[in-house]
Amino acid sequence: MAMKFSENADRMDVRYVAGLARMALSDKEETQLQGQLDDILAFVGELKKLDVSGVAPTDDASGTLNAWREDEPATGLAREAALANAPLARHGQFVVPKVIE
Amino acid sequence: MSADLFDLGFLEAADALAKKAVSSEELTSALLDRSEKLEPALNSLTWFSREAARAEARAADAARAAGDKRPFLGVPIAIKDLLNVKGQPCTAGSNILKGYVAPYDATVIARLRAAGCVFVSRTNTDEFAMGGSTETSAYGTTRNPWDVSRVPGGSSGGSAAAVAARLAPAALASDTGGSIRQPAAFCGVTGFKPTYGRVSRYGCTAFASSLDQVGPIARSVEDAAAVYQVIAGLDPHDSTTSPRPVGDGLPEVRAAKDLKGLKLGLPKEYFVEGLDPEVEKLTRAAVEQCRALGAEIVDVDLPHSQYGIACYYILAPAEASANLARYDGVRYGFRAESEDLLEMYEKTRAQGFGAEVKRRVILGTYVLSSGFHDAYYLRAQKVRTLIRGDFEKAFARCDAILGPVTPTAAFRVGEKSADPVQMYLGDIFTVNVNLAGICGLSVPCGFTPNGLPAGLHVVGPAFEEARILKIGAAYQHATDWHRKHPKI
Amino acid sequence: MNDFIPSIGLEVHVQLKTRTKMFCACPAHTEGEPNTAVCPVCLGLPGALPVMNREAIRKTVKVGLMIGSRISLRSTFDRKNYFYPDMAKNYQITQQAAPLCIGGAVEIEVEGKKKTIRVNHIHQEEDVAKSTHMENSTEIDFSRAGTPLMELVTEPDMSSPDEAIAFLTALKEMLIYAGISDCNLEMGHVRCDVNSSVRPAGTDKLGVKSELKNMNTFKGIHRALEYELDRQMETLRKNGSLAQETRRWDDIAGITLPMRSKEYAHDYRYFPEPDLPPVVLDTATVEAWRAELPELPAAKRARFVAEYGLPEYDAGVLTADKAISEYFEAGAKKSGNFKAVSNWVMGELLRALGEKGQGIADAKISPEALAELIALVDAKTINMPAAKEVFQTLFENGGNPMAIVKEKGLAQVSDAGAIDGFAGQAIAANPKVADEFRAGKEAALMFLVGQVMKLSRGKANPQLAAEALRQKLQA
Ligand SMILES: [Zn+2]
Repeated sequence: MAMKFSENADRMDVRYVAGLARMALSDKEETQLQGQLDDILAFVGELKKLDVSGVAPTDDASGTLNAWREDEPATGLAREAALANAPLARHGQFVVPKVIE
Repeated sequence: MSADLFDLGFLEAADALAKKAVSSEELTSALLDRSEKLEPALNSLTWFSREAARAEARAADAARAAGDKRPFLGVPIAIKDLLNVKGQPCTAGSNILKGYVAPYDATVIARLRAAGCVFVSRTNTDEFAMGGSTETSAYGTTRNPWDVSRVPGGSSGGSAAAVAARLAPAALASDTGGSIRQPAAFCGVTGFKPTYGRVSRYGCTAFASSLDQVGPIARSVEDAAAVYQVIAGLDPHDSTTSPRPVGDGLPEVRAAKDLKGLKLGLPKEYFVEGLDPEVEKLTRAAVEQCRALGAEIVDVDLPHSQYGIACYYILAPAEASANLARYDGVRYGFRAESEDLLEMYEKTRAQGFGAEVKRRVILGTYVLSSGFHDAYYLRAQKVRTLIRGDFEKAFARCDAILGPVTPTAAFRVGEKSADPVQMYLGDIFTVNVNLAGICGLSVPCGFTPNGLPAGLHVVGPAFEEARILKIGAAYQHATDWHRKHPKI
Repeated sequence: MNDFIPSIGLEVHVQLKTRTKMFCACPAHTEGEPNTAVCPVCLGLPGALPVMNREAIRKTVKVGLMIGSRISLRSTFDRKNYFYPDMAKNYQITQQAAPLCIGGAVEIEVEGKKKTIRVNHIHQEEDVAKSTHMENSTEIDFSRAGTPLMELVTEPDMSSPDEAIAFLTALKEMLIYAGISDCNLEMGHVRCDVNSSVRPAGTDKLGVKSELKNMNTFKGIHRALEYELDRQMETLRKNGSLAQETRRWDDIAGITLPMRSKEYAHDYRYFPEPDLPPVVLDTATVEAWRAELPELPAAKRARFVAEYGLPEYDAGVLTADKAISEYFEAGAKKSGNFKAVSNWVMGELLRALGEKGQGIADAKISPEALAELIALVDAKTINMPAAKEVFQTLFENGGNPMAIVKEKGLAQVSDAGAIDGFAGQAIAANPKVADEFRAGKEAALMFLVGQVMKLSRGKANPQLAAEALRQKLQA
């Protein structure tokens, strides 16, 4: 079982990546995550040792094909049901703080 | 009829109800009483409602009185808090879904509902099914009924603990990297992960879409097979479900008594350094039992096994990073107070998600990001192809593969929470089955000297569920590990 | 002035005319109250999964077939990750790695010059929800979310705003023709991202491009491009430098402005959509879809000239709208007098429809009735003024032309005796004019014919009247 860590792992810019994922991190969280993610990346970096040239990626796990639907309408959710879980709703719409372009 | 109603398994309960030896209301009440009594120690359930469950049970009893003969009418079942049941909360073990009430039924729920089942309680899970110990749930850690200082495994630790503690005859769970089989092994119950595409994922809160699969945790292979028969099969709402007919394998499973004519493969990669000697001993004894039942045991190779965890911990977080993007405080769930939209996103997700979810979302975001996509994500997808190939080659030489489910028995609460990599390594024997998209079964195969259960892993080729269920049933016919109950 | 050469490329998003959304069975194109055409899928609820709409795939493939794309026999969907409240899942299901249609081209014509605009690819995706921006908040309606979209991406082959508009017009005509989309711009059926750059004349390398997002009127695109190309050229002429950037068109001010820079750079983190298996098409299906394609406007124009002997102008007018071209053909097949059918359709029919603000589908006069009306004129059963009267009746109420002629007593008088009588009366009442004709003033005859028509209350066959008058006056 390969459990060794390689020495030259990529170091992630945790704050930047958390920003892409829209999560604010405290300084403490960032420090802790940095260490853990460094370890994890070192661990998953083990894959770099494998020769995968000529191997096709598995981009379709199901093996099913053309699971499509005919163009027939069906009943969805009533508006009350759709909005029932909304943190904030008004005029039958979901409401969010102003979007700044 | 046993003295305690909660002792009834899924099929036993169905029989007792059919014979009108017990009503669904009595059975449901007995389970709820027991849940109320044991939950303070176990914390295996996130939600149950006496009124709601008894109303469903009474409706089932009334239907039966009116001549309704559906085989599972009134049989109670617990549901992992990841599957949407219309009108019930569905938290996925996360604060971000606190207060969310599902407005629709998952397909598996609709099928169980149509079969007459009563949804008696919701079971705890690692947050968004990310974990192997049910310690990452926002609703607290679930305890192992065999030793409450230990974890029940995860992510379906609530379902496994509830079935082991007899709070429900069976439970639905989900398995992305071992989340059904590992807790089943830790809790001494039967857990079954069907082939990817066999059971609909519609309405199952997604963790990693190409790996997630819904399946049962039950007291026996027969019970698991019975639940599986109800939920399996093509679903027009899930494009990845297979049109292959499921067939009715239950009579054959119930009749299975030996393993004559079967070739069972033993991969040497599964018996290596890191495997606890006690667990190894129990696994080898179970293999011998299979040989005694008439199976031919052959050696097989799964040469890329050791890369499974690394592959999994790239692909699953990558998919999760997209699947969990929808929890943004806009349409449902938790929203943090904020002045502008960006702040709303960042605070909602910072406060709504727990540490393990954040870790995996950041990891998944990273491995897909520009500049790193090929080195991590694409490479892992190629390794996935190699792992699938391993199984294809192995199954050319055998009908099913045997091995341990977990490298150790249940560990102590808190023992691995500080070290994610050590926690991830616990998935070593299970993740490859998800990566290959095939089916796997965990059956109880004895106890360590500490009195902790271990599981025998039976892995079958894609869509050969009936075959591995028969193997498991024959094993259980010859053994009684699955009949042992924790003293709780 | 031509010191710089502009290059314009378009990314055209078109809402497809389907009954349901791209990945769920909610009705598409509803105009009801907000959030009434929604379901777990288009609201991005936990556990919801997409299922492809076959009709949307078929329509996108048909567009590819019309412009000569290579149709991918295996295409896949990808997730494009970005956070925005109009995108329920915070990822859009789109096609990045293997789109449905690759390549293709559209012919345009600007000021008599033909040009080929190459298409890079067409892919399938889903529309976002509708946002209404209020002072301190934004309201979101998910009824539009998930409407099927095709995105057509051109090469930067256009070199003027006129060419860009000619491309969009040609595309729109084609899409309406084939029933792919209604292309109603007010309804937001067509939205464009417009990329433009300029490069010094005599050089090959494309300049630094700017992107104008989400343009939805042709006029706006034309004005924005004029402004933007000018801005780029002026900047370069002043030795300034251009940044690759996304800009916004301010229609009121008539200028483009850089978008406020986003807090985070875009990193869409595309990866294959695990919830959707690949779309696999066989050539038989693709060929069957090709067989369903209508004849395109350009081909039809050429055919109308060749087959019906129509002037280019007529062919152009008649084929601009598919329904009108079909009306014409039905009438022409029945009538045989192609030019007359063309004249009636382009003249009376389009005028009457225009007055009423109606489409051809609303017209009560069938092409068969029009053909019959023309036959009555050709057979001299009725004259032109009477025919116009009959047409008006047919247009408003429908019916049978001959029956209307009889009912209104509009048939021409061709009876020689009766016409002789009217001719005699006309000469007798206008001796001076009769003398003028006898003296060689040919035009005087027309006056007398008019008098015969008057006496017959418009029903006399004017040619017979002229003959009768001539005979009497020359006798
Ligand atoms: Zn919908």
